[in-house]
Amino acid sequence: MSTVLTDCRVPFAHELIELARADERIVAVCNDSVSSSNLGEFRSLFPERMFNVGIAEQNMVGVAAGLANAGLIPFVCAASPFLTGRATEQIKADVAYSRANVKLVGMSPGVSYGELGPTHHSIEDIAWMRALDGLPIVTPADDEQTREAVRWAAGHVGGVFLRIGRFKVPSVSGGQSPAFAFGQSNAVRAGTDVTIIASGVTVSRALAAAELLADQTVSARVLNISTIVPLDAAAVIAAARETGRIVVAEESVSRGGLGGAVAELLAESNPVPMRLLGVNSFAPTGSVEFLLDHFGLSPEGIAAAARELVGRA
Amino acid sequence: MTSDWWQRLHAAGPASTADIADFAAEIRRTTLVTINRAGLGHIGGDYSVTDILSTLYGRVLRVDPANPDWADRDRFILSKGHAAVSLYSTLALSGFFPLEWLETFTGPLSALNGHPNRNKVPGVETNTGPLGHGFPVALGCALAAELQGSDRRSYVVIGDGELQEGSNWEAFMFGGHRRLTNLTAIIDRNRLQQGDRTENTNSLDPLDAKVEAFGWEARVIDGHDLEALHSALTAPSDRPVAVIAETTKGKGVSFIEDRAEWHHKVPSAEQVALALEELSR
Repeated sequence: MSTVLTDCRVPFAHELIELARADERIVAVCNDSVSSSNLGEFRSLFPERMFNVGIAEQNMVGVAAGLANAGLIPFVCAASPFLTGRATEQIKADVAYSRANVKLVGMSPGVSYGELGPTHHSIEDIAWMRALDGLPIVTPADDEQTREAVRWAAGHVGGVFLRIGRFKVPSVSGGQSPAFAFGQSNAVRAGTDVTIIASGVTVSRALAAAELLADQTVSARVLNISTIVPLDAAAVIAAARETGRIVVAEESVSRGGLGGAVAELLAESNPVPMRLLGVNSFAPTGSVEFLLDHFGLSPEGIAAAARELVGRA
Repeated sequence: MTSDWWQRLHAAGPASTADIADFAAEIRRTTLVTINRAGLGHIGGDYSVTDILSTLYGRVLRVDPANPDWADRDRFILSKGHAAVSLYSTLALSGFFPLEWLETFTGPLSALNGHPNRNKVPGVETNTGPLGHGFPVALGCALAAELQGSDRRSYVVIGDGELQEGSNWEAFMFGGHRRLTNLTAIIDRNRLQQGDRTENTNSLDPLDAKVEAFGWEARVIDGHDLEALHSALTAPSDRPVAVIAETTKGKGVSFIEDRAEWHHKVPSAEQVALALEELSR
């Protein structure tokens, strides 16, 4: 089996161009992030539909709301820490509360800027965006999911936060069709003893963890959550009921993040023993790979958390 | 009940300056009664912006109260959303929604919140309230019109104190860079912010030189001179236009004018009677 690794910004840009060819309402807005958002080809093809406001995130999001007011479908493409951190109030008031049809694309989230450090890491974005009313959060995990999620976002009427990773990932959809369905999780591996809930870059690591656990006769289910808001409650509750233990592995803070979302749901419906793995402090210096491992998001780290739960139960 | 003001202002050709003055007085009376009934509002900023609103809706904006979502309407955004009552009064008198709605202002489940909501109030383009939001959205509206080849225009009213928010200067910078001649920013230069005079807090002068430096044409006018307003809001330019409307907070009622304490003070019944008398002269 060959393992092709994908920087999801590539299928994102490819799909956006395909959509833009077919629908002249599609426009892009960015903050001097043409290259970091992989929009160079879009700009060449549709120069008048590329609004680069410069390094000014508040204006970027407000401008997008104004473009949407005219019936255009703006995709705001910027590094996730600056999009969600610098322009939080614009996202709240101009997009979520105003119900503007703006697609907010948080590029290179989590610790994908590695050695650049915590100023450039976007570990808080999911918690911040999840607090806003009426803003779907979509986190595709691979090439196929990215393409389908971009297409879905363009067709969805209303604001969306789409988190697009740059850290290269293998396919986890395994040819499933559709690879992405809004609001639905994908059970990418069946299992009965414990469920590992993962999202984005952690899905392939969760699958590798399940392999390690299988060698130790622990049967782990892996759930790929590519829509964090609204959460696939039925699948999460079924996982809790059927496997009795939940590990959440995410490339963001657990408090307010996917871990928080799963814990809130299960606390009210079906409490089970849980372990929440995430990037829960400002990171030390290191590469992306190093940092993911450092925060327990390696296959070994995730497997260890699952084993601990199974042993405890 | 639907107001007949729109008919009076638009049916027989362009409205006269006297018509606009009458409209402005009616907006001020309606604002006063609405604030007094609700026990809540920002009368100082409502009155400084009233002549701007009456001019815009009376003889500048290309909008249709019967079809508020008309695709090629001009876009108007009140970025200083706390002056909501003057906007609501203007919209209701223009026929965007029934006058009775004003009686519900700030009541339980009213469409008329303390700050305007586009999903509840016909004629509102974006939800404002937090300062520094309206200008970038108006800029986006202007960019969209340019892209779509439409001659519709975008107007935004910004409070002068509001200009202390940096997002406005991001918008000035990009509007100037793009030379958006279909965009007009109107600054309600009443020189008072909630707590003090702007120049005692974080000074804005020389405001005309600042916006000119960002590539805009500054038009400094008396913001209560209806002819000067009309001319400043309609004369063409080869640059985006910033109308710096020198206004008086609380304009129109002697005991409210130019006093910081009337930023959001509510008039008593006795003060309402006195004010109505002044506004009816």
